[in-house]
Amino acid sequence: MSIEVIRPGINTTFQDRGRSNLYHLGIPFSGAMDTRNLLITNKLVGNDINDAVIEFALQGPKLKVKQNNINCVVTGNVSFTFKKNSKIYNGECYKTFDLNNNDEIDIISTNNSMYGYFSISGGFKIEKKWNSYSTHLRSKVGPNKGDKIVENDILQLNKNVKPIIKKSIDYSNSKIEFIRVIKGTNFDYFSKESQKSFFENQYQVTNLTDRMGMRLDGNKLNNIKSENIKSEGLIKGVIQVPPDGKPIIMLSDHGTIGGYPKIGVIISADYDKIVQLPPMSKIKFKMIDVKSAEKLFKLYSMETKNILDQI
Amino acid sequence: MIKNISNLGDAAIYCDFGSEVNKEINYEVIKYFKTLRLKNIKGITNLAPSYNKLIITFDLDVINYKELVEKIINLKPDEISDSASKRKKIPICIDEEFALDIERVSKNTNLNIKEVYKHILNKDFYCYMTGFVAGMPFLGDTNKNIRLKRLETPRVKVPKGSVGITEQFCNIYTYESPGGWNIIGNTPVKVFDKNKEENPILIKPGDSVQFYEITKNEFYKIKE
Repeated sequence: MSIEVIRPGINTTFQDRGRSNLYHLGIPFSGAMDTRNLLITNKLVGNDINDAVIEFALQGPKLKVKQNNINCVVTGNVSFTFKKNSKIYNGECYKTFDLNNNDEIDIISTNNSMYGYFSISGGFKIEKKWNSYSTHLRSKVGPNKGDKIVENDILQLNKNVKPIIKKSIDYSNSKIEFIRVIKGTNFDYFSKESQKSFFENQYQVTNLTDRMGMRLDGNKLNNIKSENIKSEGLIKGVIQVPPDGKPIIMLSDHGTIGGYPKIGVIISADYDKIVQLPPMSKIKFKMIDVKSAEKLFKLYSMETKNILDQI
Repeated sequence: MIKNISNLGDAAIYCDFGSEVNKEINYEVIKYFKTLRLKNIKGITNLAPSYNKLIITFDLDVINYKELVEKIINLKPDEISDSASKRKKIPICIDEEFALDIERVSKNTNLNIKEVYKHILNKDFYCYMTGFVAGMPFLGDTNKNIRLKRLETPRVKVPKGSVGITEQFCNIYTYESPGGWNIIGNTPVKVFDKNKEENPILIKPGDSVQFYEITKNEFYKIKE
């Protein structure tokens, strides 16, 4: 009962909802970058929503199943094909399909987005580390010895005890015009003009983006106080500004301590959206307050629940 | 004492204990951190203590900023028992193979190499915090005469175990990683060991650390 990895794809890892309570050791949450897609993936294949899925970036893996009656699903905005009894079919995201021994799935690419997800009914036979199935590459913590999935890996599967139930949902990654931001603890380090231009001008996602962070290009932000602060904790969504004046957004695998001023923090409701922006995407930030951010999160949470309830 | 509490985004609390870096303020941070670890307040998902700040993240589905701030303000932190903090002795090899920046340090401080190490070996350093990468301890304070800035161009790869200095601080690279500290030696000891389920870090905030010199032979023996 396994899956053979013919081609690993880019940054292909096991992820779940993340690992809490280890910031003080230097270990961030990690977990699926796009939480909503993780939950949908698990629900579609009938797994517990806290189970692990396979996350890939830009290009996904090519896999060969070594077992009959495997029920799978791919989520995100992803192009993929599957080969069943030597016939090739175009895959459809958010719709389960079943494969048999020696069938293949080829996840070609994500479209206008960064991350996609794959899972199977019954889930993968992997072990939790510190209460989570998430992989943190930098500290090599998590399943698969904390490493990426590589060519020729054999991924062991749990026995699927449930009958195969075909499920699908009409969903696509949410699009928004603005990424909403709450003022950071060092907002006043920046000149009045820079404070304004941060919200007025567009920023572009550069190639330097991965699970740890996202570097942006655009108007240089002018620091009038101090280019460094005494190193302190970081959280995902924090927008730091190094001396070159170009913002960096901390993402799920971020280093837990940093010494650059924090100009803002992405609101929780928009985190799933910003992580999905591939290089060259344009971003515009909008300032809101905590109360509004909380309301938006309630909406986001309700929407997620509604989607899951429909499955 | 917490001087100021504010929000960091919509799902984290930023507790500011002051702007200076010293043991007294850091002791307060650690006190709050340890108390919160024990209290297990519902909704708290992570705690990030540092020199003089404590960041508390929470699950917005469970609690919100206002409700949690109330709890933090009313918190009575427990005193830390002396036995909780430990003295750790860490062997380092200062052979030129490992002391990548010692000549630069010597030049920029106008001290000869022997004098530089006099300020590092067998001196007590205090661990303020751990993090950035897993288990990396931030130790201090070093003697005023050996305080330097970070490298202008950070190294792409600092070898695992490297001991670095910058400003009034000293650290140990627990993983091979990018970094800009001035490297003056290397320890063969596992400062972070993920296989130790309950206790993966060797040096904890509040601990006191002393470096002692070992030979290259001893280095490789311990490494085995």
